[in-house]
Amino acid sequence: MQKTFLGYRRENGRVGVRNHVIVLPVDDLSNAAAEAVANNIKGALAIPHPYGRLQFGADLDLHFRTLIGTGSNPNVAAVVVIGIEDQWTKQVVDGIAATGKPVAGFGIELHGDHDTIMRASKAAREFVQWASEKQRETCKLAELWVSTKCGESDTTSGCGANPTVGNAFDKLYGAGCTLVFGETSEITGGEALLESRCRTPEVWQRFMFMFDRYQDMINRHKTSDLSDSQPTKGNIAGGLTTIEEKALGNIQKIGRRCVIDGVIDKAEVPTGPGLWFMDSSSAAAEMVTLCAASGYVVHFFPTGQGNVIGNPILPVIKICANPRTVRTMSEHIDVDTSGLLQREITMDQAGDRLLDMMFRTANGRLTAAEALGHREFVLTRLYESA
Amino acid sequence: MIHCVLHDPMDSVAVVVVENVKAGTKLTGLILDENRTIELACVQDIPIGHKVALRDMAAGDTVIKYGVDIGKVVQPIRKGEHAHVHNIKTKRW
Repeated sequence: MQKTFLGYRRENGRVGVRNHVIVLPVDDLSNAAAEAVANNIKGALAIPHPYGRLQFGADLDLHFRTLIGTGSNPNVAAVVVIGIEDQWTKQVVDGIAATGKPVAGFGIELHGDHDTIMRASKAAREFVQWASEKQRETCKLAELWVSTKCGESDTTSGCGANPTVGNAFDKLYGAGCTLVFGETSEITGGEALLESRCRTPEVWQRFMFMFDRYQDMINRHKTSDLSDSQPTKGNIAGGLTTIEEKALGNIQKIGRRCVIDGVIDKAEVPTGPGLWFMDSSSAAAEMVTLCAASGYVVHFFPTGQGNVIGNPILPVIKICANPRTVRTMSEHIDVDTSGLLQREITMDQAGDRLLDMMFRTANGRLTAAEALGHREFVLTRLYESA
Repeated sequence: MIHCVLHDPMDSVAVVVVENVKAGTKLTGLILDENRTIELACVQDIPIGHKVALRDMAAGDTVIKYGVDIGKVVQPIRKGEHAHVHNIKTKRW
């Protein structure tokens, strides 16, 4: 396996594999101005979203943590923040500025859209030209942060695409990378298997706290059962029957040798290398958005029936072992491991194939989702606004 | 050709991994990890990705896949039949 890749070293020492200048709205009201700035300045990327007003408590904390984490991600070179009010705008700006990267904030009140767009466009133009001179440099593999989450899974995920990720994760774990998996509800039925995978009893207790918290939420809101959501209609069409079966497929992504070194809450930043469990939704765009906010720079996304997700700043590599999906949705698939199911390749070869694509992606190759323009940015909400 | 795969030799279901599996097809099943195959006759059409029963199961039986419990049988299933949401349910939620 290669030991290095070409990345962008940021002011705080972290390494990214993309060089985005983003225009980040604090709230729904600021999307129009953010998109206008990105339209004015070529190379600036607006990341609109529907939230940020009248949130409070843990839900607001998560909102800020996700926005600040997104701006702080090393795949981002510089950030223009736009919000309706100065104070919350400044809060996001200050959070991102702690990384040392260039960031500028603009409040719309007392200015209006026109003036805000003009001022923000000037900053975005400076940032884009500044970022365009950044050069990739040789970085150690251990500096790469890799996340995983599967989607539109079917039974081929559990026997093909997910264990391919697991094989690659085992190798990256050995190389000292920082890894994460999650999808709390999709551990249901497999949770007991994770006890022996946790580094310490404290890690296991922390995992079970997150797991039980999610189960309580599901039990509070469920109707008869979750048959229409877990598994999804797509999962069921693909042959997955129960949540337990889906969960056992999910767990294949952490391989056989990785140890769960720690547990983080949604969009929290890991404090060291190793494999982390992040409490998270199993909805694809929510989870991938949280991974980006936690600082991950490459994402492994195994799929069975063909999820088409991408992310604005996090390259999403799609792995598929279902020969029908590979045939009918080939433009979405980066790594075809369907040969596993006919014994044409071994699991070790499948994992190496994924790692080869990971290095190419880290070095600059656009993923299928990037080429197709998939930029799903979906904030996780914990409850209603005030 | 491999028609279906098992994760564990004790599994009671296997995953069909090719298209156009019809009733009467003689299936070759690969046991992952062991690199060993089994043979069985399929008695119903089974879409790619869906499961075939590897033994007769009665209502209330536990379905085993990956060597562990993935749910309960709610309608009797015969060996070679399609095993899915019409005859298996979760034990959770």
